[in-house]
Amino acid sequence: MATKIQSDAASALAGLLFDGMTVMAGGFGLCGIPENLILAIRESGVKDLTVVSNNCGVDGFGLGLLLENGQIRKMISSYVGENELFERLYIEGRLEVEFTPQGTLAERIRAGGAGIPAFYTRTGVGTVVAEGKETREFDGETYLMERALKADLSIVKAWKGDAEGNLIYRKTARNFNPMMATAGRVCVAEVEVLVGTGSLDKDMIHTPGVYVHRILKGPAYEKRIERLTTRPRTEKASA
Amino acid sequence: MPWTRDDMTARAARELKDGFYVNLGIGIPTLVANHIPPGVQVTLQSENGMLGMGPYPFEGEEDPDLVNAGKMTISELDASSYFNSAESFAMIRGGHIDLSVLGAMQVAANGDLANWMVPGKMVKGMGGAMDLVAGVKRVIVVMEHCEKSGRSKLVRECTLPLTGKGVVDLLITDLGVFEINRGRSSVRLVELAPGVTLEEVRARTEADFVTDLA
Repeated sequence: MATKIQSDAASALAGLLFDGMTVMAGGFGLCGIPENLILAIRESGVKDLTVVSNNCGVDGFGLGLLLENGQIRKMISSYVGENELFERLYIEGRLEVEFTPQGTLAERIRAGGAGIPAFYTRTGVGTVVAEGKETREFDGETYLMERALKADLSIVKAWKGDAEGNLIYRKTARNFNPMMATAGRVCVAEVEVLVGTGSLDKDMIHTPGVYVHRILKGPAYEKRIERLTTRPRTEKASA
Repeated sequence: MPWTRDDMTARAARELKDGFYVNLGIGIPTLVANHIPPGVQVTLQSENGMLGMGPYPFEGEEDPDLVNAGKMTISELDASSYFNSAESFAMIRGGHIDLSVLGAMQVAANGDLANWMVPGKMVKGMGGAMDLVAGVKRVIVVMEHCEKSGRSKLVRECTLPLTGKGVVDLLITDLGVFEINRGRSSVRLVELAPGVTLEEVRARTEADFVTDLA
């Protein structure tokens, strides 16, 4: 069997990128984003991307890099409050945005990977999110039909992975990564630690290797903190 | 004196009951965690994928892999668990979360809530707010009673794009507490902030409301 392990992010993306493609990128804010794969996409110069991601990074980091490089045509996101350039491009009509409630976004991606073309949800009923969408009554309550999301490529970030593509995430860096791994025609995963086959606890694997086509160990992780909040050691007050 | 933000969130914290699973919205509602009454134990849910959210970490112990929905560094507790975003919103949408405290730009007498965009001006996105109001058992809004311009934010009908229709149960402003009851009955003013008069509330409120307060 051909190996899934790639030497670096650029070779992991070789042959996968084309103008106008749809890319899913894991992460919540800057937490759990595939930093190295995003950099490689920027270097590739691929453009007119539709990017599915909860947020769009910040100015100068994460997906914000692709935004300022003019590579993104459309975003499917739930929240972009941390990104001034995003808000400006959107208001000026230079960036197309499909705002999707966060839970609906997660479920659309999950459905896309699970072979479910659409589902019904109460979220967004009576709001602009419902415009143009089918509604249906179940047990006296109105629900909205939401379509599944798939992508040409999904890029995800995990903590540990092995040659089979099995992945384990760490703390809240998990977020959208597991669903996105299932919903890309091709999924490329980057990990902080690449371990030998057999050394991950088989009961603790979050993403089974079947979903992951290529895997690489990122050479470095900045893991930038978006909002550093701490408490002094002397005080017992809680957050 | 009208209530400060701290007073408002302390008042909201009195709605917490022992054993509740609670989601606090980003911004002012986050402060509710500072006022959890003694003897009441609640589990805070963070919609980016955590139950049992702990306080801010000690200086030097911050972990970039551990943030809350406002992207702030937090800490974990012995009872904490982590999960993915689909699981997180299954909890929310599926009615497993008892209470959500959210901020707002407008609340209407019929329980409608607007808190995610001002067309042409402010576009941040709805994040998880639409899912929260659609699925959480009880929704409390904490907001300033009026805009900086003096215009009432408790309105007859929302003019801003909605987050949800008929979703607000209780509203806490700097002037008092209003039962909205998801619009199933008249808005009822049930509490005044200290030193605030009924006349003042009437003068500064667009929506009609009833009250037993003198």
